[in-house]
Amino acid sequence: MTRAAATRNTPQAYRLGPDDKPVVFAAGFVLLILIVGTGYTLFTQGSMPLLQPQYLLQQLQVGSFLGIVAAGLMLVILLGHIDLSVPWTLTAAAMMATAAGGAWALPVGLGIGLLVGAINGLGVAYLRVPSMIFTLGVNAVMRGLMVAHTGGFAPQTAATDLMQYLAVARIGGVIPVALLVWLVVSIVVVVVLTRTILGRAIYAIGNRERAAYLSGIQTNRVILVAFALSGAMSGLAGVLLAGYSTKAYQGMGDAYLLPAIAAVVIGGTNILGGRGRYLGTLLGVILIVLLNSVLSIMQMPEAGRQIIYGTVIIAMLLVYGRGNTVTG
Amino acid sequence: MSDAVLTRDAAEAGDAARRRGSLGLKLQQQAGILGALALFIVLYLFYQANHPRGFTGQILIQNANEAFALALIAMAQTVPVLMAGLDLSVGAVMTLSGCIASHLVNGTPSEIALGIATCIGVSASCGFINGCVVVYGRIQPIIATLATSAIYMGFALILRPTPGGKVHEDLSWALTNDVREFALTFGLFENGEAAWLQPFAWVPVPLVLLGLIVVLIWVPFTRTVTGRTVYAIGSSEGAAYMSGLPINRAKLAAFTMAGLFAGLGGLFLALQTSSGNADIPQAGAYTLNSIAAVVIGGTSLLGGTGSAIGSVIGALVLRTISFNFRIFDIAPLLQPLFEGLVLLAAVSLGGLKLLRLKNKLEVFR
Repeated sequence: MTRAAATRNTPQAYRLGPDDKPVVFAAGFVLLILIVGTGYTLFTQGSMPLLQPQYLLQQLQVGSFLGIVAAGLMLVILLGHIDLSVPWTLTAAAMMATAAGGAWALPVGLGIGLLVGAINGLGVAYLRVPSMIFTLGVNAVMRGLMVAHTGGFAPQTAATDLMQYLAVARIGGVIPVALLVWLVVSIVVVVVLTRTILGRAIYAIGNRERAAYLSGIQTNRVILVAFALSGAMSGLAGVLLAGYSTKAYQGMGDAYLLPAIAAVVIGGTNILGGRGRYLGTLLGVILIVLLNSVLSIMQMPEAGRQIIYGTVIIAMLLVYGRGNTVTG
Repeated sequence: MSDAVLTRDAAEAGDAARRRGSLGLKLQQQAGILGALALFIVLYLFYQANHPRGFTGQILIQNANEAFALALIAMAQTVPVLMAGLDLSVGAVMTLSGCIASHLVNGTPSEIALGIATCIGVSASCGFINGCVVVYGRIQPIIATLATSAIYMGFALILRPTPGGKVHEDLSWALTNDVREFALTFGLFENGEAAWLQPFAWVPVPLVLLGLIVVLIWVPFTRTVTGRTVYAIGSSEGAAYMSGLPINRAKLAAFTMAGLFAGLGGLFLALQTSSGNADIPQAGAYTLNSIAAVVIGGTSLLGGTGSAIGSVIGALVLRTISFNFRIFDIAPLLQPLFEGLVLLAAVSLGGLKLLRLKNKLEVFR
């Protein structure tokens, strides 16, 4: 058989579609990180901690907070918007949850997230303020409110037992509960995106809001709901993080915004909206968490970490994230 | 043609109407800047009037020094925003430039000149690299600059793992003072006592520098084909392409200008603090504040309209708000809350224009 014929006979299913490429490459890069990291530890310490299930589960437990934030952020990015209020939505939810305490801790934390997200949604959808600037303002306001509430110190209230259970406990001493929470959030997001009218509307608005509006989608309401969901997930991550460190503290959310955006984008979601799969985001989070942990095993100084971090994002996007040239 | 059949009176009336129309149009085009300017003047007069040592040169110098870096970084952010992009690396480039300055801007005059040239060259190169990633890598500006900002921050951390360093003391003193001290330090204009200099002797040097940068770099840039193309890309990239405008060149130039302005801001920050500091949260805060300043200054985040001059005024508004906090008995803890509320109020006012739209479809862009 000639080569041309072989190409023609390749079944459609084996070809990589535009949406599969990021998933395959991100997965490949995760493997590469594991191989390089293991090679390094074998060479320097003669052991392979990276390949032990215990270690991987530990990393995924820590990564689940980032994963939950990224899941919410993805809904907003798919719309072609962005949510810069994540850091202080997360912190506010954590502080209010520990302040409320008792049985109300979890609902209060989620409620704060939902409320802040809804305010974002109102501004972006109904006032038509660019999301970049509106969520930035809301972030500053939440920061101001929380700093005023706590006087600038770490609040003295502690996380409730339920919060600590969700963040730290392990079922049967093996599987972290936080990982299960992330799993539940993931399933909810996948179902919403692929099986509901809301999900299809989110993709439609991300592609062209005007067309979505003309086909009868109430675009403002969809944007509001997506932002509210994103806020609620930031809130959930805040509650879990407070449970993990047994209390809330100033600036606890600062380290989550940019990695979450990076994870969503590395996973193949178009930053302009309309395209992307949740599986990609999931792999993006795992990639960033593993990259961080391998770099700390290598005792890489902060400077080197930043450089590698930036280079990886650009390299990944150069492979599959390139836009089209404008031709009129 | 139609002018020929009009009587002279009618033609003159028509001209007058057109002139009025064009003045009205000009005012309308500059409404964002004028609004920001009015807000700044009211806030600043309010501040000066309530300051115990108000309307003195020292207060003006102090304010100018504190506002300069933010004003420049806001100018830096404006250029990519005009073409509907965004540069999240301005804070990192500023920090990198400051860290280089804390190593090199010292010693003999020629060494200082070389150090300043290095700072400016490196920052402009950082901007140019951003442009290359965006133009040739075809990656969205917001995410490309997010990644490069991490890289630049890494280099800044290599140069300055801990805050420190030193810049030339005389230069630092002269550039952060008024014109008379500047002339005295370098023995210019009869040690600053020349008669013609006296009317300007009280002007803070940072304001002079800011004016020079606007007049010598920004205004000429907007008059070039490349500068006009930046605006055209923001209005409609497809139309700009079809008109044969140099799109790639304009994008590269826009990011290079952003790097250049951010680098100048970092250079001044190093002179002002006499040290370099690779502070990641500070860089992030400057980047976010630059976006806020751009929006307050009347530049649309959707691109195509606005000006770096507006962004300078936006930066001054932001800084004046924090000045006002100092003289009133408002707990400094509440400052972010009020800054956020002012920002939200300013941008939400833009929502009012929705009421004037005749067609609901114009809401979506």
